[in-house]
Amino acid sequence: MTHNMKIASVAAFLAIVFIAVPVLISASGRTDLYYTLTSVALLSIASAGVWLTFYIGRINIGQGAYALMGGYVSAILVVTYGWSFWLTLPAAGLFCAAASVAIGLPILRLRGVYFAMVTLVLTEVARLLALALPVTNGAKGMVSIPLPGALSVFGLIIIPDFATLHNSRLAFYLLAAALMVACFAVVYRLVHSRIGKLCQSLQQNEELASSIGVNIAYLRVIAYAVSSFFGGVAGAIFAAISQSIYPSSFTVTDSVNFMLNCFLGGLGYVFGPMLGTLVLYFGWDLLFQTGQFQLLIYSTLMIVLMLFLPNGLLSLAATTRKKG
Amino acid sequence: MEQVIANGFYLGAQYALIALGLTLIFALMNVLNFAHGQMYVLGGFISYTVYGQLGLPFVLALLASGVTLAVIGALMEKFLFRTVIKRSLREESTMLLAAATAFFFDAVILLIFGEKQRGVPKIVKGVFNDGGIIMPYDRMLVGVLALVFIAAFVLYMQYSRVGRAMRALAQDRVAAQLMGVKVDRYTMIGFAMGAMLAGIVGGLLVTITGVNSGIGGPISIKAFMMVMIGGAGVVGGAIAGGFILGMMESVGLTVLREYGDVTYLVIFAALMVFLSIRPNGLMGKPWG
Repeated sequence: MTHNMKIASVAAFLAIVFIAVPVLISASGRTDLYYTLTSVALLSIASAGVWLTFYIGRINIGQGAYALMGGYVSAILVVTYGWSFWLTLPAAGLFCAAASVAIGLPILRLRGVYFAMVTLVLTEVARLLALALPVTNGAKGMVSIPLPGALSVFGLIIIPDFATLHNSRLAFYLLAAALMVACFAVVYRLVHSRIGKLCQSLQQNEELASSIGVNIAYLRVIAYAVSSFFGGVAGAIFAAISQSIYPSSFTVTDSVNFMLNCFLGGLGYVFGPMLGTLVLYFGWDLLFQTGQFQLLIYSTLMIVLMLFLPNGLLSLAATTRKKG
Repeated sequence: MEQVIANGFYLGAQYALIALGLTLIFALMNVLNFAHGQMYVLGGFISYTVYGQLGLPFVLALLASGVTLAVIGALMEKFLFRTVIKRSLREESTMLLAAATAFFFDAVILLIFGEKQRGVPKIVKGVFNDGGIIMPYDRMLVGVLALVFIAAFVLYMQYSRVGRAMRALAQDRVAAQLMGVKVDRYTMIGFAMGAMLAGIVGGLLVTITGVNSGIGGPISIKAFMMVMIGGAGVVGGAIAGGFILGMMESVGLTVLREYGDVTYLVIFAALMVFLSIRPNGLMGKPWG
C-alpha cells in the first residue's frame, strides 16, 4: 500500500466511525445500535491488548481479570472517594498496568499452554477476589455509579456532563470510538517501531533474541503492561456505561472471547482484533432470532471458518493481494 | 482428619482420570482440548440415558459412554484438528478450534438433554462405617474403578505396541515418523483414547454427583490445573496433579471453612506461586 492510500483509508475509516455511523443511526432511528457499537469498540480495545500479548508469542486468556480490575478501580474511586470519572480512567489503566507488572514478572517466564492456563486461572482469581474483598462489596457488586461528569481545563468545558446530555448513548459511543482509534493507533505505531520488530523476535525465538542482546524480560513485561492498560480502560468505561459492576461482569468466557476475537481477525494483522470483535459480536446478535439454536449455529460457523480460514479473516485479503 | 484424607483420595482418583485424557491429547498434538469438560458431560449423559432411562446394566452404560466418545474423538481429530494444523500458520490456531468445539458440544448437549440436573439410581447401596471413616459403598466402588482404569491406562501405554508408538510420538514427532511410526494413525488413536477417558469418567461420576449441561467449563478448568501442577504432556504428572488437587480441595474445604468460600482462591494463588517457581510443573518437559 502506498503512503497516500494509507492516509486515504484511515480518513475513510474515521469518517465512517465518527460521521457516517451517527448519521445513519439517527436517520434510521435505531439508537439501540449505539450500545452495540460501543460494546464492540470497548471489547476491541481489550482484544487489542490480548493481540499485543500474542505478538510477543504468549496466549493471553487473562484479559477479563484486568477488565474487571479496571472496572472496580474506577467504580470505587468514583463512588467511595468521589473522584471525577475522567481521572479514574487513566488511574484504572495505570493500576492494571502496575498490577500486570507485578504479576507478569514471574508468570511471563512461562510459555505456551502454561502461560495460557495461568492467565485463565488469573481470571478466576480476579472474580474470587472481587467476591471476597470487603472494598468491592462482594456478590452484590457496586451499583448506581454516577454517569461521567463534565471535564474542563482552565474553565473551558471540553466534555459536557453526561447526565445533562439528552443522548448519553451517542456520547458514550463517541468516547469509546475515539479511544478505540487511539488504542489501535498506539498498537500500530508500536508494532511498526523498533520495539515492534524486537517483539516479533520474541515471538519467533526468545533464546536467540536474548543471545543477540535483546532484553527479553523487559520487553515482555512492557508489552504485557500495555495490554493490561487497555483491558483496564475498557473495563472502566464498561462500568460507567452500565453504571454497575459485579464480580461476574467479566468471567472466563469473556477472557476466552477476547482471545477468540484476535484469532478470528487474524493474529498477523494489527486490525484483526477490531474486525474479529465486530464479526463475533454482531454474528452472535444476529443469530439471536434463531432462539435455542443460536449457540449451535454460532459454534458451527466458527468451526467452519476455522477449517477454511485458520489464519483469520484478514488472511483472505492478504492472499488475494498476493495472487493479484 | 482420616475422613478428609479418604475424601481427598476418592476425589483425586477421579481427577487423575480426567487429567490423563487431557494430557494425552496435549502430549501427542500440542492441542489444549478446551472441550474436555464437555466430553465428560456427554459421557455422563450417555450413561444416564443407557443406565438411568433404558435400565440396562451399568457396565454396558460405561461401555457406551467410552465407545461413543472414542468415535467422536477420532472423527474430531481426523476432520477438524488435522486439517487446521495443516493449514494454519501458527500452532495456537487450534485453540480457537478447540474452544469452538467446546461451544458446539455445549449447544448439542443442551438441545438433546436439556438443562436439568440428572441423576441415576445408586449402583450399590449401603455405607461403609468403621467409626472413623464414613464412605458410601458406591463412592468406594467408583474410586476403585477409577484406580483400575488409571492402572490399565498406564500399563497399556507402557507395554502395548500402540502405547509405545504414542510415547515415541510424544517424545519426538519427526524421529518417530522416521522410524516408521504411522503418525496420523496413532495421533487419531491417541485423541480417541483421550476422549474415551473423559467419557468414562463422566459415566462413572454420573452415578454419584449426577450431571448437568453447565458443568463442562468448570471441569475443563480443573483439568487444566491438574495438568499444570503435574506438568503438561506427562502421564505421571497428570496422575500426581489429580491427586494433589483432590487432596487440596478436600483439606481446603475443611480447614478454610470458617473464612468463607476462599478454598479455590487459595488453591489458585498457590498454583500461580508454584508455577512461577517451577514453570514446568512437577515433571513436565521444558516448554511443553
